[in-house]
Amino acid sequence: MRDVAIIGVGMIPFGRRDEDTLVDMLAYASMHALDDAGLGDKGVDAVYVANMGGGILQHQTAVASALVDRLSLLPAAADTVENGPASGASAVKNGVLAVASGYYDTVLVAGGEKMREVTGWKATDFVATLTHPEVEYPYGVTLPGMAGIFTRLYMEKYGLTREMLVAVAIKNQAMGALNPYAHVEMLITQEGILDSPHSVVNNPAMADPLHLYDACPVSDGAAALILCPLEMAQELTKNVPILVAGFGQATDTHTLQEREDPTDLKAVTLAAQQAFKRANLKPSDIDVAELHDAFTILEIAESEHVGFFKKGEGGKAVLAGKTKLGGQIPINVSGGLKARGHPVGGTGVAQLVDLTWQLRHELPKERQVKNAKTGLSVNFGGFGNNVLCFILKRGGK
Amino acid sequence: MAVDMELELVLRPPEVPQAPYPAKVITLANGKRMVVREARREEVPTLLKAVHPTLFIHKDYYDIVGARLYSELLGWYTHRTQNEFCLVGQVDGILVGMVNSRMYNAKTGMSLHTLAIDRGLRVGSHLFAAKMEHHIEYLGQDEVLIVAESPIGFRRWMIEYGLEPTDIPHELGGAPAYRLTRELYFATKSRLVVGDRPVPPELLEVAEREIIVADEDLIREKIAGVKGR
Repeated sequence: MRDVAIIGVGMIPFGRRDEDTLVDMLAYASMHALDDAGLGDKGVDAVYVANMGGGILQHQTAVASALVDRLSLLPAAADTVENGPASGASAVKNGVLAVASGYYDTVLVAGGEKMREVTGWKATDFVATLTHPEVEYPYGVTLPGMAGIFTRLYMEKYGLTREMLVAVAIKNQAMGALNPYAHVEMLITQEGILDSPHSVVNNPAMADPLHLYDACPVSDGAAALILCPLEMAQELTKNVPILVAGFGQATDTHTLQEREDPTDLKAVTLAAQQAFKRANLKPSDIDVAELHDAFTILEIAESEHVGFFKKGEGGKAVLAGKTKLGGQIPINVSGGLKARGHPVGGTGVAQLVDLTWQLRHELPKERQVKNAKTGLSVNFGGFGNNVLCFILKRGGK
Repeated sequence: MAVDMELELVLRPPEVPQAPYPAKVITLANGKRMVVREARREEVPTLLKAVHPTLFIHKDYYDIVGARLYSELLGWYTHRTQNEFCLVGQVDGILVGMVNSRMYNAKTGMSLHTLAIDRGLRVGSHLFAAKMEHHIEYLGQDEVLIVAESPIGFRRWMIEYGLEPTDIPHELGGAPAYRLTRELYFATKSRLVVGDRPVPPELLEVAEREIIVADEDLIREKIAGVKGR
């Protein structure tokens, strides 16, 4: 197996992009990544496109075939990868395996979603198609609903408080306000969304005990990256190569109710353990992390399940400032899904793009983790039933 | 333009005295304080500057809301609309949104429009709530007739308040009408209507001194830019 490096990355600002089609967005992000890698007109051997909802929301399938044609990358191999909200990391995994195996040398991975051309209700319903079609979906189960149940159980078991959840929201929106790619660039305060009696309108209950500002926005957006063998990186690009030091993937029961302990995100733990083992690193070696905070509770729970904190300690760590820039382990310095946004098929790729910028030390100092050498991402599919964890490392081995 | 007052008396609707809306202040999600107060008729030309750029924003039906609001405000300014009022939301004097409405008769209010310029802070929700508060609590009306021109409006008003459909026609073009009754208002008040009174004098003074309107490009970006929610 060959070592694999990320040699180029690109992203477009997330938000509501009424003027762009799904393929437009994927193409823009891909062109940025190809330019960044300096591949010029050399093309790539293969393209993997992560997308969850084109068939439902745009009535468009085979998105990868459309993208290679749009980018004049013919006759590159092209596949669309659909794995729910973990589609992005799944596509990257496929690209990494293809390069590591020696079958392809250069691979473009793009991920994107166009969710804002339907109402919020329809977007929520579309994401809920990942739930069990017989015992969950027909009864109105949605992802916010699942997150609400999960949060309530977490509160009862670990003493999690709303202050802890609010602290995640404030931290991530503050970072999003510094990120030109972020969907939400708005600062919020604890007074405005929790303490003031006016917060009952500002931050209404969404899925008790979660409130409006506990959820990520529904976003349009796309991100892309270029993979190649580490040994070829120097001849292909001037960028500092970012090594894919390891990844892990694990699954769990389709329904939340079948889990022995619904607060135990086993797939997150297992995926992280695999990634750490492959990278020969441990949680304390990680300098920066991008966790899948579709809901504020998930950042806290994932920070515990990957091993940054003990179970029940994640919320306290947020309150203590351990997860902010300059803290023990900066989490979601990009703003995370909470502020950068969550175009579901694009998120897993966007997390790795942001980590690449961090590890290449290219961000403005107000967002740059000083001397960051290692980064970890968690892309959370379903409600934790299909999870991928990546570990990236600056430079070579 | 010279005004023939003799003819004006024929053209103008009769003025019916209406109770003033007492200003209040609301803490927004970003911690900033929005003063909600009743606009004065002489402030209409300033308000129109803020409405004008929305005439060309199709997103979320701002164009139809803006066009109708523009004409309604002009109607109020030129004494062609009976018993209209306009409430404005200001943060540090800057206009962040406005609502208008009118008394159809002593018992019934006719809700007209809600325009949020700063988005994502529930400015529209707060201002709509203030409008309902004025109709029910200060004007002492029994019901308010409401229509929605956008899906956002439908979600905010019809669903969040649980409004009742009604066959009573609304002035705005025959769209399906709903009504907020006094009972429904007080049943939803605790979760939808907030604000503190009196407004601290220093905040009220800034708000009343001048309505500051952002330039048209900034208003367009706030409403229709990629980050517009």
